[in-house]
Amino acid sequence: MSELNRMTIAQARKGMAEGSFSSVELTQSCVNAMDARADLGAFITPTPDAALEAAAEADKKRAAGDQGPLLGIPLGIKDLFCTEGVQTTAASRILQGFRPTYESTVTSNLLRDGAVFLGKLNLDEFAMGSSNTTSYYGNVVNPWQSSEKPDMQLVPGGSSGGSASAVAARLCLGATGTDTGGSIRQPAAFCGITGLKPTYGRCSRWGVVAFASSLDQAGPMARSVEDCALMLGSMAGYDPMDTTSVDTAVPDYTAELGAGVKGLKIGIPREYRVDGMPEEIEKLWMETADRLRAEGAEIVDISLPHTHAALPAYYIVAPAEASSNLARYDGVRYGFRADAPEGLPEFASLEEMYATTRGEGFGQEVQRRIMIGAYVLSAGFYDAYYNKARQVRTLIAQDFASAFEQVDAILTPTTPSPAFGITEEPTGVEMYMNDVFTVPASMAGIPGISVPVGMSKAGLPLGVQVLGKPFEEVGLLRVAQAVETAADFTATPQLMA
Amino acid sequence: MAQTIKGQTGEWEIVIGLEVHAQVLSESKLFSGASTTFGKAPNHNVALVDAALPGMLPVLNEVCVRQAVRSGLGIKAAINLYSVFDRKNYFYADLPQGYQISQLYHPIVGEGELTIDLEEGESRAIGIERIHLEQDAGKSIHDQDPHRSFIDLNRTGVALMEIVSKPDLRGGDEASAYMTKLRSILRYLGTCDGNMEQGSMRADVNVSVRPMGSTELGTRTETKNVNSVRFIRQAVEYEAQRQVELLEGGGQVVQETRLYDPTKGETRSMRSKEEAHDYRYFPDPDLLPLQLDQAFVDAIAADLPELPDEKRARFEASYGLSNYDAGVLVAEKETGDFFEAVAEGRDAKLAANWVMGELFGALNKAGVELSNSPVSADALGGLIEAIGSDTISGRTAKDVFATMFETGKSADTIIDEQGLKQISDEGAIEAALDEIIASNPAQVEKAKENPKLKGWFVGQVMKATGGQANPGVVNKLINEKLG
Amino acid sequence: MSITRETVEQAARLARLTVADDDKDRLAGELSAILGFVEQLDEINTDDVEPLTSVVGATARMRKDEVNAGDYPERVLANAPDRVTDFYAVPKVVE
Repeated sequence: MSELNRMTIAQARKGMAEGSFSSVELTQSCVNAMDARADLGAFITPTPDAALEAAAEADKKRAAGDQGPLLGIPLGIKDLFCTEGVQTTAASRILQGFRPTYESTVTSNLLRDGAVFLGKLNLDEFAMGSSNTTSYYGNVVNPWQSSEKPDMQLVPGGSSGGSASAVAARLCLGATGTDTGGSIRQPAAFCGITGLKPTYGRCSRWGVVAFASSLDQAGPMARSVEDCALMLGSMAGYDPMDTTSVDTAVPDYTAELGAGVKGLKIGIPREYRVDGMPEEIEKLWMETADRLRAEGAEIVDISLPHTHAALPAYYIVAPAEASSNLARYDGVRYGFRADAPEGLPEFASLEEMYATTRGEGFGQEVQRRIMIGAYVLSAGFYDAYYNKARQVRTLIAQDFASAFEQVDAILTPTTPSPAFGITEEPTGVEMYMNDVFTVPASMAGIPGISVPVGMSKAGLPLGVQVLGKPFEEVGLLRVAQAVETAADFTATPQLMA
Repeated sequence: MAQTIKGQTGEWEIVIGLEVHAQVLSESKLFSGASTTFGKAPNHNVALVDAALPGMLPVLNEVCVRQAVRSGLGIKAAINLYSVFDRKNYFYADLPQGYQISQLYHPIVGEGELTIDLEEGESRAIGIERIHLEQDAGKSIHDQDPHRSFIDLNRTGVALMEIVSKPDLRGGDEASAYMTKLRSILRYLGTCDGNMEQGSMRADVNVSVRPMGSTELGTRTETKNVNSVRFIRQAVEYEAQRQVELLEGGGQVVQETRLYDPTKGETRSMRSKEEAHDYRYFPDPDLLPLQLDQAFVDAIAADLPELPDEKRARFEASYGLSNYDAGVLVAEKETGDFFEAVAEGRDAKLAANWVMGELFGALNKAGVELSNSPVSADALGGLIEAIGSDTISGRTAKDVFATMFETGKSADTIIDEQGLKQISDEGAIEAALDEIIASNPAQVEKAKENPKLKGWFVGQVMKATGGQANPGVVNKLINEKLG
Repeated sequence: MSITRETVEQAARLARLTVADDDKDRLAGELSAILGFVEQLDEINTDDVEPLTSVVGATARMRKDEVNAGDYPERVLANAPDRVTDFYAVPKVVE
């Protein structure tokens, strides 16, 4: 019973349904794990007391016959989802102390289905980053350690680094993430867990702190494909409060699990073979393809000719939207407001208050992106940058649309490297290359999932990404589970609770 | 007649374009479910999205879209089935999002026109460039605290239509005529209440001048937020005069934003230390493009009311009213409706005269709106019937009207109560006249010599009949008897 | 395109960010690198390509004109750094 926190959601559901243990016991086991591994920095705001209360409530409900799909399952919530009465920071100083008076649609859906929240998980500030080193509340540490440099702390990836680290270290059974250019899939790969970015519009963005509105999408992060399917079933759904959410029924995402890939066509896009990609990644990618072939899939060589344009287009679209989305953080209505200069009762002007608050409240990466965004949208540059990037998005979306006329799913590596050291973090544009394989799907709005399939030679997990057709997550999960089964990834991180 | 300015170097033409902000009549805001009611306690009409709380999203109000389309159809404009909401980015205390949601590139309404009515029955068509939907801002209050301003977001996010004219207007009269007509049309359509004191309609006035005959536009200034028809005229006239003097003095007009000071009747430059605005417009990624179908527009078109120009033409044609009278009566939909209710089945010209004359005069004097008139259309109709049937004289009618206005009683009741029914029976009047002639032979002689003195007999007959004799009959009989 | 110190200042002003003088040159370099990177897009032919307006390919949905929000000043003002009665308070705005 001491390792309840290491169960998958599916196992825990079964165990609680059979009366083998209670949600309070399960939740307590996670709370203990959180305490034991506080050094990972995965949580910004843990809420153990509230979690145990919710667990007791869940046990009562179960006793009364309630069988909510996630009843009593302890989850972590990325601190980008607004949670009523619980501090929501987006990992930024500028939202320090902000307690929403409302609950995001996605977390409301999870609560409706009985989930227990363990607290708010760390991330890159405003979800901008691929290493979780831009949080005002400290770095998150990857629970995996390199056999080559065992003393070095590794990044968990980002922006959902707290979510990935917490799930990998068994602090929670699953976690919510958000993905703008790879923020679920890349950290899932770095931490050896499974992370799904659904189709844009599948989960409501209402109540999720916005980074880039045309790209942001919430999704599940867990330790199995099945768990992701279970979580997505709760998280997804049409929301009249988000008019970009899509009004189609939420299917049973577990429906085709176990159906295998026999007869399916899986595309291998040749443009994902990039210069300088480590051989071990290419090798695992091809091995995965071989395994699927062995299971009866047909492997098809395909072309996505505008792949190389996705990343530069992303670094126009995302900062442009972010610069506007983050204009609301001005110290007037909520969050941080800088102190007036010494000896003065107030700032001399509103302008000065804005600029000081924003200068002190936002970290460097956020400021950089806001400035890039302001620049590319400024007078005379709109067509050359933002509109051009939108045209490129059309081309990328067309690439995928024609590929999906030939194949059922696309298989790629998730990242061009395994996790790196916090102190080895590349800077600037090189850092952005982390997202080179995840960004194209974001730009096209299609769903993608990262599944751990093997280890690097330094003993770090590596993932592959499966991409699917819009709103066909059921089929995507089916392929992903075949990948998972074939890879039989069972390794666990060194810093596991 | 377009106004010009006669300067020292020659004659100058005044070129004006108006950008009118009209608050859309709707229950809730453009993108939120908060009420649009005026005058609520601070920050009460504020939804979470209006305060730009993190993660909040806009949802478009269908009625606001309908109202914009309806307004567009009212100015005979092209309706754009495809339109897009853009973000206009700038920082201001009462702009919580840090951007205003507006429509720059693809407005919902395209080109249209509006006919302005000028003196002496002249009229002129003024081009309208576009109408787009956008959010109103909140309110900052500066006079409550020495160091701080207070922010109230009740108006934040209320839907506005920005109605942009072409630079077709020439002079203060035309500018004010345009505003008057636009207000009238929007009120007919029920898309804006036109309440300028409460800020439901306000105009940014773009003015430039150029030498008569020139076809190039001069540098313009924009005077912001002018909120009455009279102020628009004054702002135009002041600003045009200022620009002419500037140019004739060898100076140059600076393209700038100006403020109108109604107490001085002047415009003045807003401190222009602020950098040139760079609004960084881009399509709002929280809102998908708006795609209307033609049936949606057709249904609104089928439901349009008769508008002032059509009504005016009809009043002229079917009631035989003058162009001027018809114009006065149709300016407000309510007035036109009132007139028609009075005129229905009665003498329309008489009805028009009474509505515009006695009724408007009395309402004006009492400071009462037509909607609260103590004399209803039916009641006024009753009075007009009494005149038409010779039951009372026009003179008596004025007294009866005054009593109606005071007491709210019907004309018939007052006529009965006060015994004002006119005597038209020639026999009775003749009897009275004969008696007077018989008792006043000297007066008879004088009157025969000097016909002007016949009036004395009229007075005597009126006296004898308690003022109820039909004056027409009295005159006729006196003329017969005294030659 | 290379970003100058002045461009950094201008972008910072547009974005209402106080940037320390010492940071301006560094930022100019970083922003130049990013812009240099994104300018690869110049090589892509986008003639006659419609810009993507929505990855979900849908049109705006509208809501009924109903009052169903507001009248909850506490929910709106709960996190205000400075408030006076039901107003937000900010440093004096100079018009």
